[in-house]
Amino acid sequence: MNENNKYPKSSIFRPLRHIKYIFKKPVTHPLETIFTKKNADYLKGVKVMKSSKAKISNPRTAPDNLRGFHINDWEKCIGCGTCGEICPTAAITMVERHDLPKVAGKLQQRPVIDYGRCCFCGLCVDTCTTESLKMTKEYIYADSNPDSFQLMPTETWQDQEVEQAYVKNEDTDLLDLERVEMEHIEGSERINSYIEVVRGYSKEYARLEAARCVECGVCTASCPVQMHIPMYIKTIWEDDIEGGLRQIYETNPLPGVCGRVCTHNCETACAIAVRGEAIAIRWLKRYIIDSAPDDMYKKIFTEPVSEVIDAKVAIAGSGPSSLSAAYYLRGLGYKVDVFEEKSRAGGVASFGAPQYRIPDYAVEKDINFIKSIGVNIHTNTKIGSDITFEDLEKKYDAVFLGTGFFKGRVLNIPGADHPDIMGAMDFLPLTRDFARGTLKLEDMNVKPSVVVVGGGDVAFDVARNCIRIQLQKYGKANVLLTSLETLDILPGSDDEYIEGKEEGIKFRLGYGPQEVVVEDGKIKGLKVWKCTRVFDEEGRFNPSFDQSQEEIFEAEQVFFSVGQAPDYSYIPESLKDKVKIERGKIKADEAGKVEGLDWLYVGGDIFRGPDIITAVSDGHRAAVAIDDYLYNKAKKKEQSEYFKEVREAIRFNNPEPALKPKRKRTLI
Amino acid sequence: MKEMKLFLGPQHPGMHGNASVHMFVDGDIIKRSYLLPGMLYRGFEKQMERKLWVNNIALIPRVCVPEPDINEMAFASGAEKLLKLEIPERAHWIRMIILEFARISAHLMAYGGLGGPTGNYTLMYHAHADRNNILDIFEKITGARVYHQYIVIGGVRQDLPKGIEKDMHTFLDSLESRLKEYRDLGIDNASIIKRIKDTIMLPAEVVWELGVTGIGMRSAVNKAYDIRKVAPYARYDQVEFEVPVSDYSDARSRLDIKIKEVQQSINIIRQCLEKMPEGPVRVKPARGQSMRWTVPKGHVYSMVESSRGEFGYYMVSNGGTHPYRVGVRGASYPQGLLGIEKYLPGTRIDDAALWVDTMGICSPEIDR
Repeated sequence: MNENNKYPKSSIFRPLRHIKYIFKKPVTHPLETIFTKKNADYLKGVKVMKSSKAKISNPRTAPDNLRGFHINDWEKCIGCGTCGEICPTAAITMVERHDLPKVAGKLQQRPVIDYGRCCFCGLCVDTCTTESLKMTKEYIYADSNPDSFQLMPTETWQDQEVEQAYVKNEDTDLLDLERVEMEHIEGSERINSYIEVVRGYSKEYARLEAARCVECGVCTASCPVQMHIPMYIKTIWEDDIEGGLRQIYETNPLPGVCGRVCTHNCETACAIAVRGEAIAIRWLKRYIIDSAPDDMYKKIFTEPVSEVIDAKVAIAGSGPSSLSAAYYLRGLGYKVDVFEEKSRAGGVASFGAPQYRIPDYAVEKDINFIKSIGVNIHTNTKIGSDITFEDLEKKYDAVFLGTGFFKGRVLNIPGADHPDIMGAMDFLPLTRDFARGTLKLEDMNVKPSVVVVGGGDVAFDVARNCIRIQLQKYGKANVLLTSLETLDILPGSDDEYIEGKEEGIKFRLGYGPQEVVVEDGKIKGLKVWKCTRVFDEEGRFNPSFDQSQEEIFEAEQVFFSVGQAPDYSYIPESLKDKVKIERGKIKADEAGKVEGLDWLYVGGDIFRGPDIITAVSDGHRAAVAIDDYLYNKAKKKEQSEYFKEVREAIRFNNPEPALKPKRKRTLI
Repeated sequence: MKEMKLFLGPQHPGMHGNASVHMFVDGDIIKRSYLLPGMLYRGFEKQMERKLWVNNIALIPRVCVPEPDINEMAFASGAEKLLKLEIPERAHWIRMIILEFARISAHLMAYGGLGGPTGNYTLMYHAHADRNNILDIFEKITGARVYHQYIVIGGVRQDLPKGIEKDMHTFLDSLESRLKEYRDLGIDNASIIKRIKDTIMLPAEVVWELGVTGIGMRSAVNKAYDIRKVAPYARYDQVEFEVPVSDYSDARSRLDIKIKEVQQSINIIRQCLEKMPEGPVRVKPARGQSMRWTVPKGHVYSMVESSRGEFGYYMVSNGGTHPYRVGVRGASYPQGLLGIEKYLPGTRIDDAALWVDTMGICSPEIDR
């Protein structure tokens, strides 16, 4: 035995010293101190408790950090279900609650926790997207009814206000709230050319960004075409580009365009955006398209289109709504002819949005695929002159109109008839041609100093185009952007404002133009009054001005970006009284069918507007409506099972009206 | 006389955990015996493969109930090795505090376990009362009393709450002053000393034969084989402590070492509280939300010193969100399963409970 094992002499008396503990307070927690009133009533009836003289009313207070029973703030909870996803014991199920309001960014469901399974690990709290789910200091619950252990946490526990305990903090948060940075071309570099501003994600970055998604799907309801966003983001994370492409094309045939210039309501609705930066859904979509090789496209959608239903559809215009309608109609088996007045298909994607946002090759990639499945696109064919509307009606079984708003509008103020004044939609197509090289610098009528009127994205497009042209023409740029709206209510996106500022746009926001000052046939400037309000109490557009604050913004040229107008000159006299036009838009039912004319459908700006993705949804819906109308009429032949599947998928994905999320400003 | 079969446990005051020792006795001498540890079997290792790296934290502590934190530590540090993840300095020190408190708590439970088979219940009550104080401290730090789920991949779940240091010091001082009382009640108590002295032996040959580690080994072979010393993890290389050893392993000697180790743990926690730097306590192992955290391909064996010996996790990752395979080296496997079968026979029935108690046996880690 070594010296470590030398024990003191043992004794039978020494243990008796412990008698002193009889007079000390117990350190443990006796039963009677831990039951709450409610549970005690139950337990008194239980055999084991009958004998004990439990004095019940003094529950021991748990520490501030206890992982006890849950509470859930329903105001904050968006029903994303992430708590249920992470739950290691599968104790949380999401239960539909149709009594909840149907709003963007929220799902009509709330978590129910089965306390027969819950292990109180608190991962649900750690991963909660909104911080609505918390744990309390309550830890005792007893009942004879096993069903009562399935509880839907609300703001209270057992109808009582309770103290919250374990809550999320920076360390315990299991979400990634920061967006993976997107590389942009520097402002000073990009203004010298039409190089695309956003570089796009590399594979590594795209996967990191995709890893932030919790797959809740609140985004989907806010997307006008209800894209399968969580699914295609997951494919990126799994590095399955083909799967992603397949997912995307089920609902959107213009992903290259939408991956660049979409208004991304999905990102506004994103669950991660409640507390952090939304997932870069738009850039991730673009990543799939940019990294999908051409031969991959062929695998997606070639077989079904070999089968044809004997019916023809004509489509006027080749913008997003028309291309979308064409794509799905072709997928449904129809022969489709698209007629485009301009030299290129694509509509607003080819002639509206600037090249630095959406380069031609991206538009072409989308259009080439649509062509490859058998859609005939006839460019340089104007309806009314090259082909008459009556011809369309006669030769085709159905007609879809997606001619868009392609006329610029100019404010009706003194001096606005000057030849140097242009509307945005008259100017932007020219800039696209200039960027392509089909128009020369001399042809571009841009003066050395310019005022742009308007606060939407299009106004920014005009201003940023002007900067590029001025720099090439004069070596320096001078562009001032003015709008009725101040920065807090500016309709343009935050990105545009930030990038525009980087590129050197000067801003004077909150002014209303009153007169274009013209001297000796030359524009001297724009007279403005301070705008005191844009919308009235009822939220209607009703601006008022303070005349005393009059200013003149000096400039040699003024561009107006105050909305666009349609051109309905191609609609023949015979139809004029049947096609009702309200505020520039054609009246039609939900699917775009013009009332009283079974064969005529509309979509895009002339029907619903206001953005590309809504136009794509119009096209999809109209395609399904046209199919409803023609399928029974057409001579059907035996169809393969695969074709039936594709047809069902197209009809199944028919989008519902989107929920519009409330926009969050990050600029101020 | 006819051989009779008797069961020790699972429902027995002298049994530890959800196991049962099946004994074939002749008179009061055990002739044959074996352990049936599967009372708690839920396929831990297989279940771990089906849980994410992040939410395995809810399952792994259950591999050893009295001392759950070693599981969290072995799992987390293994994954960190695969991830090549440097965790914040403060997290190392907090982990040590947690692990040492867990060790004290497990030792107290085992030492108090002497009370059941010897009829000395006061000892058990006192040990459990002190253990209860540790659970209170755990509850304040981690939010739970038993399954703390606190040591996670990347550090610890959150920082220590304010003022907890004072609670710890108060408890450590009180426990230190009472260690002598524990000796008086237990191993130096003349009324039970015959039950534990020179009996329930663990010879050095058996240690080498079975691969016993921990106190069992240290008490028999006079070697300070302690993972904290031979392959230090966390910051055990920066604290001073002794590893008590002996060359004569009877029940009393092993219990004596337990009490000495409690003193060493007290010293370690005090040093931790003194040396612990301020700073962050957790880094995220990867970008993205936790359900998409992946661990690079590879395999790793990570070990910690539990109250019962070397406790290790062998983990294989195929680069996914779930572990591909986890194998647990339960510290009590050699003496618990093999020892009971081979070396319990020959002892008396009343020694069986003390055998199980002093050898350090935790049934779920045998049958995981």
